[in-house]
Amino acid sequence: MRSQLAQSPGLPRSAEGDPVFPEPWTAEAFAMTVHLHEKGVFSWSEWAEALSAEVHKPGRAEDGSDYFDCWVEALSGLLVIKGVTDADAIFGLQKSWQRAAEATPHGAPIALANDPLSRPI
Amino acid sequence: MHNHHQDHDHDHDHHHHHDNRYSDMQARVRSLETVLTEKGLIDPAAIDAIVETYETKVGPRNGARVVAKAWSDPGFSDWLKQDATAAIASLGFTGRQGEHMRAVFNTPETHNLVVCTLCSCYPWAVLGLPPVWYKAPAYRSRAVIDPRSVLAEFDVTLPEDTKIRVWDSTAELRYLVVPMRPSGTEGLDEEKLADLVTRDSMIGTGLALAPENAR
Repeated sequence: MRSQLAQSPGLPRSAEGDPVFPEPWTAEAFAMTVHLHEKGVFSWSEWAEALSAEVHKPGRAEDGSDYFDCWVEALSGLLVIKGVTDADAIFGLQKSWQRAAEATPHGAPIALANDPLSRPI
Repeated sequence: MHNHHQDHDHDHDHHHHHDNRYSDMQARVRSLETVLTEKGLIDPAAIDAIVETYETKVGPRNGARVVAKAWSDPGFSDWLKQDATAAIASLGFTGRQGEHMRAVFNTPETHNLVVCTLCSCYPWAVLGLPPVWYKAPAYRSRAVIDPRSVLAEFDVTLPEDTKIRVWDSTAELRYLVVPMRPSGTEGLDEEKLADLVTRDSMIGTGLALAPENAR
């Protein structure tokens, strides 16, 4: 992967220079960002600015352990700025996915439709 | 299928079994994916393809070191059998979610295979990122119904009289397969041995590599 996103400031890296992901959702967030950037939804400088602003917010972990939390917040914020969606929609779906996960029995794939308060789509 | 509920006791603080849970950030990522997919801005298959380019390259190789130590040190191997969580933690590898680990040892009689669902039942701290196929509903259901044919797709053919035991991970208890030590490895130190332990061999969809095939 030669994406410019791999040059994001502060991204944890292996000795070979590849990004290192502590948990799967972090890799998914990274992949989504790469994909959106490649599609031209935002520019590299817009991304770098959004990420940098999140990383430097007061209260962030000094050891960088919340780096991907910053990443996801930056991506969410950028999508709102770009008018792709709004914060209420993002947050509402987040809660919906959490309810869906809890309502899904072990062994079955987690689907948004499993949210007992499922929103009308 | 075995019943894992008999041998663990970590559910006392739950009202009922919530095997599936999303952290705020996990759920946020799902949320963004949903929004972006609905708007036609992303294609989930393209996202998986990007993730897949990293799955074997990233993530800790901690599990391989655990297996190599078990092969070399009978005392550690016993400890790993009795209390995998503590034995693995002694090497400095602990999960962020405090999950419990159990090590299951392959023998000539029994081969172990681990499955899970789309939820978070995967020992990241030991195995790194899960492969995309591991998260596929088809893998899980077929592994339970017909593990031998699933193994065949991974080019693993076992003697007919080897039993295959399928372990179903939960959010509280996760499994590490300890593959059999390959022959011809008597003189190798732990570091060299660890090179023979593939990610798939620790899920049970592969075997440890022969020394001549070491990466």
